[in-house]
Parts: sequence; C-alpha cells; structure tokens
Amino acid sequence: MPNLKDLKTRIDSVKSTRKITQAMQMVAAAKLRRAEEAAGAARPYAEQFNAVMAGLAGSVGEGGPKLLAGTGSDQTHLLVVMTSERGLCGGFNTNIVKLAKAKAEELKEAGKTVKFLTVGKKGREQLRREYADDILGHVDLSEVKNIGYTNAQDVASDVLARFDGGEFDVATIFYSKFESVISQVPTATQIIPASFEESEGDAASTVFDYEPGEEEILRELLPRGVATQIFSALLENGASEQGARMSAMDNATRNAGEMIEKLTIQFNRTRQAVITNELIEIISGAEAL
Amino acid sequence: MADTMQFDLVSPERKLASGQAVSVLIPGADGDLTAMPDHAPVVATLRPGILVVEMEGETQEFAVTGGFAQVTAEGATILADEALPKAEVSTEMLQERIAEAEAARDAAEGALHDDASKRAADLAALLDAMV
Repeated sequence: MPNLKDLKTRIDSVKSTRKITQAMQMVAAAKLRRAEEAAGAARPYAEQFNAVMAGLAGSVGEGGPKLLAGTGSDQTHLLVVMTSERGLCGGFNTNIVKLAKAKAEELKEAGKTVKFLTVGKKGREQLRREYADDILGHVDLSEVKNIGYTNAQDVASDVLARFDGGEFDVATIFYSKFESVISQVPTATQIIPASFEESEGDAASTVFDYEPGEEEILRELLPRGVATQIFSALLENGASEQGARMSAMDNATRNAGEMIEKLTIQFNRTRQAVITNELIEIISGAEAL
Repeated sequence: MADTMQFDLVSPERKLASGQAVSVLIPGADGDLTAMPDHAPVVATLRPGILVVEMEGETQEFAVTGGFAQVTAEGATILADEALPKAEVSTEMLQERIAEAEAARDAAEGALHDDASKRAADLAALLDAMV
C-alpha cells in the first residue's frame, strides 16, 4: 500500500495538471472564436471567386492554361498536407495525416509517384517516419500568429513554382474542415488542375467581356485561385485545430478530476487504516501489561 | 431600368462593403471603367488605384492594390487582393508595397519586367493621389 506522502504528492501533481489543461481549454476557446471569425470573413471572397471562375472555366473549355487543363498526365501527385504547429489537440493531426497516407497508398498502388509538401510541423514529423524521401519541402508557420493571405500566397507560390518546374502533375491539399467544436472532418481537395463547381443560374451562362483578354485574365486568376483555396484551407484548419484542442483539453480536465477523486478516496482510506493500526498497537500494548 | 445595383467589395481576409450603389468607378488594368446598373457583363483585372463607389446619398472611396472585378447587369463584385477604406491607408504601407514592387521589377526580366514596372508606377500614382 502506498504511503500517505506519496499519495499526497500524486494528488497535488494531478491537480496542477488539471489547472494547466483547464487554462489551455480556455485559451483554445478564445482562439477558436477568433479563428472562426477569420474563416467566416474569408468566405464571401472564396464564394465569389468560385462563382467567377466557374463561369470563366466553363467558357474556356478545352485547351486552356495548364493550371486549368492539367499537364495531360497524372503520373506524379503532390500531396500538400496541412497540419498544426503544436500538439495537444487530440487526433487532429493524426486524422489529417491518416487521410493523406491512405491517399498516398492508393496512388502508389496504381503505380503513380507520390510527393509530399508539408505545412505545419506536426504533419511533417508523422510523415517523415514513412515517407522521408518523398517530402519535397516544408512550410514553417510556427512564427505566424494570425494567418493572413500573405501566408497562403507564400505556400501557393511554392506550389506553383514546383508546378512550373514540372515537379508534379496533380496537387491535392489535405486539411481539416471545421464543422463544430466536436467534429472536424479531414478533407482532401484537388487544386491543380483546378476544378470549380458549376454554379446554377445566370452567372455561368452570361457571356462576359474580358478586359484585357480572356487568356490574360485566366493567367492571372488561376494562381490566385490556388492561393485562395489554400487560404481558406488554412483558416478552416486553424479553427479545427482550436476546436480539437478545446475538446481534447476538456476531456483531459475531466479525467484529471476523476483521478483526483479516486486518489483522494484512497488517501483517506489509507489514513484511516494507519490510525486503526496505531490504535490496535496501543490497545494490544496496554492489554499485554 | 433599375436605379441602383448590388455592390460588393471583398478582399480575401474580409468583406469590406456591400450594398446598393448608383455607380462604381473601377480602376481597370487597361483603364478606368464606371459600372452602372445594366452595364454589359465584364470581367476585368484591376491595377492599384482608387475605387469610387457612389451609394445613394454618399460616396465611398477605397484604395485597392490589385485583384479583379466582375460586372453584370445586376451588380458589381470587386475581388481585391488588398483593399482599405481610403482614410485608413497609410503612406508607410503604400511605400512598403512600392518597395516590394520595385524589388520584383529589378528581379524580373522581359515581359514580366514590364508588368512589374507598370505595377510600381501604378502604386506610385496611387500614393500621389492619396496625399
């Protein structure tokens, strides 16, 4: 039976752990609200952009720029895996990486070449174990406090430079879509060649004038489309990360509470046993006299 | 013919303005254009410049550094790379952008060089217009 002092130390240590997880949960809740706002604020742009691109892409058809039509092959796939810079957020990173790995295995099985670009430290750590040689590069966002459009542009220009250099044919981004605090869905979206959902209604069927020309506009818009998609993925990811951390920390706090209860009961029982023992010793000592 | 049209100005990070507008002066890459209700459908890229929106009874001005605009008979949607109400634009910020554009110009060659120097010049013109 553990002695009283040991139990006391355990209880104290679990209590301080609970304080930490509680604080982390509250910080995550505050950050989540901000992240959600940022994601919400970015949504109109992405929606409008998509609508315009759908119209444009529909009118260009075959033989458009490479970013839209593809390179004509789908041999080499680039998987852009976006994860968080910090841990302690439950299965958030693992879920994204798992989805990316599944996709990678599927592609390899089909005889394709798979390469990785990682955004966020945690995903790189996990992927490095199995695919160390296939990781082309890494984008470090650990210094970034609030994700801005420029961060997305940096990632996008990295991806585009590799595309122009012929390093891959198809690019897919992996991130976690924020549904609610308790549910984040790992998602894969193909960004190169670009695919836009055709919107219903007039927008797609209207014939637009283009200034300057249709090709110039597409040439300018497609890279921007890549950046926009990466940006919204990064924001979704940010919100998901905080959501996942919040529920993970909530669980941890609750577990710590249960543990403290158990340990306290054990502590009291032990204390009682020690007292009883002492009494027995005194009484039997007195009787022996 | 309707008197007003739907106007939206969004940047990747937020929605700046939305509402009914009488006319919108757009700094297009090939020259300014003014969109009014029932304008022919146009998609145009923007150069750095000032966007003037005439709402009913008031006029708002925004500085944009690039992006594109979609105009239809029912409305105008501006998707700016970066946009701020004119009053919030600081000289420092513009000077920073100009320095970036000039660095890009010096690094680029051929047609890209021309594009970059045009951008730097447009930004400088925008700065002039601000002060």
